[in-house]
Amino acid sequence: MSLAEHTNGRPYAKAASKLFAAACGGCTLLCVLTLLFLLWNILAYGWGLLSWDFLTSFPSRFPEKSGIYGSLIGSLYLIGLTALFAVPVGVGAAIYLEEFAPPSRWRSFVQTNIANLAGVPSIVYGILGLGLFVRSLGLGRSVVAGALTLSLVVLPIVILASQEALRAVPRSIRQASFALGATQWQTVWHQLLPAATPGIMTGVILALSRALGEAAPLVALGTATYVGFVPTLSTLWQDDFSAMPMQIFTWTEEPKKVFHEIAAAGIVVLLTVLIAMNAVAVLIRHRFSKRLSW
Amino acid sequence: MPLIESKQIVPPPTPRQRPQILHHGVETAVLSRSTKISAQHVDFYYGDHQALYDISLDSPEKCVTALIGPSGCGKSTFLRCLNRMNDMIEGARVEGDIRLDGEDIYSRGTDVVELRKRVGMVFQKSNPFPKSIWENVAYGPKVAGVRDRSVLEEIVERCLRHAALWDEVSGRLRDSALQLSGGQQQRLCIARALATDPEVLLMDEPASALDPASTSRIEDLIVELKAQYTIVIVTHNMQQAARVSDQTAFFYEGKLIEVGPTNELFTNPNEKQTEDYITGRFG
Repeated sequence: MSLAEHTNGRPYAKAASKLFAAACGGCTLLCVLTLLFLLWNILAYGWGLLSWDFLTSFPSRFPEKSGIYGSLIGSLYLIGLTALFAVPVGVGAAIYLEEFAPPSRWRSFVQTNIANLAGVPSIVYGILGLGLFVRSLGLGRSVVAGALTLSLVVLPIVILASQEALRAVPRSIRQASFALGATQWQTVWHQLLPAATPGIMTGVILALSRALGEAAPLVALGTATYVGFVPTLSTLWQDDFSAMPMQIFTWTEEPKKVFHEIAAAGIVVLLTVLIAMNAVAVLIRHRFSKRLSW
Repeated sequence: MPLIESKQIVPPPTPRQRPQILHHGVETAVLSRSTKISAQHVDFYYGDHQALYDISLDSPEKCVTALIGPSGCGKSTFLRCLNRMNDMIEGARVEGDIRLDGEDIYSRGTDVVELRKRVGMVFQKSNPFPKSIWENVAYGPKVAGVRDRSVLEEIVERCLRHAALWDEVSGRLRDSALQLSGGQQQRLCIARALATDPEVLLMDEPASALDPASTSRIEDLIVELKAQYTIVIVTHNMQQAARVSDQTAFFYEGKLIEVGPTNELFTNPNEKQTEDYITGRFG
C-alpha cells in the first residue's frame, strides 16, 4: 500500500498535524514575545541610569547619587553562602534517599514531604527564618541568617533535582561497578556522582537563580535596604546587609518617579547576574556531558 | 539501589537424593577435575514467583560450563546467584547451597564485595563506564585499594593484552571507552573483569549483541581464558556452546533437565526435552 493511500484514509490527518504544530509554535512565540517586551520595557526605562557610578555607589536618598553596589555585593554573598549550605545537604540527602535508604513507609513519607515543601510559598520560609535564625539563634538580620533561610527555600528543589539526576544513571553502570567488587560508597563516589553531576548542577543553578530573585523571605526577615557598607567575612553573622531584590522592591515603593527608573536599572543588573549564572550552568553541563553518553 | 540481604536457609544436614541428572555413566576427563563452584538444591524466588527449582550443578575448575535453554528458563538467574548479583533485586530469595572452593557463599559471614572480586562478571550488553579506557580497566584494582601508579599501569596492559584488545587501543588509553565499537567494548568489559584477578568468570550472553566477526573473537578469547579461569557462560547460541564449552547444562522452565560433557550432550542427549531443544524443535 502506498503512503498516499494511507493518508487518504484519514484526510484531515495532515492538516491536523500542521495545525497542532502551529498552535505549539504560537505558544512558544507568545512566551518569547512576552519576555522580549519585558526586557525592552526594563531596558528602555533603566538604560539611561546604568553607569559605572551606579554599580559602585551605595543607595542614597538623592536619586543622582543612588547606586546598587551594596546590594549587588550583598546578593553575591547571599547566593554564595546559600550554595555552601544547601548544596552539600541537598545532594547528601538525595544520595541517601536514592541509594541507601531501604524502601519503607518512612522513606515514602519523607519523599512526599520533600515534594510538598518544594511548593510551599517562600514567605512561609521567611517567617520560619525570622523565628529560628534571626531571633532564636540570634543571628540578627545578617547575611548568614538570610542565606540559611534561602537554603530552606531551595533545599527541596536541590534534593529533587539531584535525585532525578541519580535516577537517570543507567542500572548497568551500578551493576558493572558492584560486579567488580566496589562497595556502595565507592559506586556512588566514583560512578554515580560524576555521571549525575550535569543534572545536579542544572538543578542547583536553577535553585540558586530562584534564591537570587527572592524578595519575600527577605522582607519577612526584615532585611535592610539602606546599608552603607558591604559584608565582611569576619562579621558575616552580625552585620546588616542588603540584597538586590530587596533594594529594587524599596526603590519601586519610593514616591519619586526617578526612583522607578533606578529600580529598572537595578533589574537590569539582577538579570545580568542571573544570565551569567545560567551561562555557567550551560558551560558546566557541556564540559561534563562531552564525556558522558550511553 | 540498596542491597537487600537475602535470607539464608541452612541446607538439611542429610543430603537429599540428587535429582535425576544423568552424567552419562562414565566419568570423563572434564568432570573428574576438581569442582570450583558447587550448587546443591538451589531454589530461587522473585517474591512469590519461583524461578529456579532444585538446581544441582557443579562447575569443574578451569573448564567452560555453558548454560543453555530457551528464554526465561532461569539460566541467567542461576548465573547471577553465583556472584550474588541477585541480592540487588528487591524481594529476591535464594535457598539451597552454593559453594566456591567449598565455602558457602550465602553464609552470614560472606563478604559480598570480596566474593565479587573472586567471581567476575561480563554482562550481555557491554556496559563500560563513561570514562577512559584506562580508567575502566583500572577501576576494579583501584576500588580494591591499589594506589601505586606503576602497578596499575602494569595491570591495565596485562589485562588488555589478555582480552586481545591491547593492539587496538594501546595508543589511545585516555580516550573515552564509549568511542570503541561494540565488540571492542565487550572485550574491554572482559579486560575490566580480569583486572580484579578473579578465579571465576561469569558471562551472560557476552556475544549476543555482536556481529559474527566480533563473536568469533570473543569465543577464541573464552577458549584461551579457560587455561586460567573457571568460566560459566549463558548462551542462546547452541553452536557457540558446542564450540567453547567443556560441559553443558540444559535448563527448561526453571529446572535443570540435563548436564553432561558438551560433546556427549549434543551428540547423544539422554532426555527427550534436551534432544528436542538442540535439534531446534522448540526454543
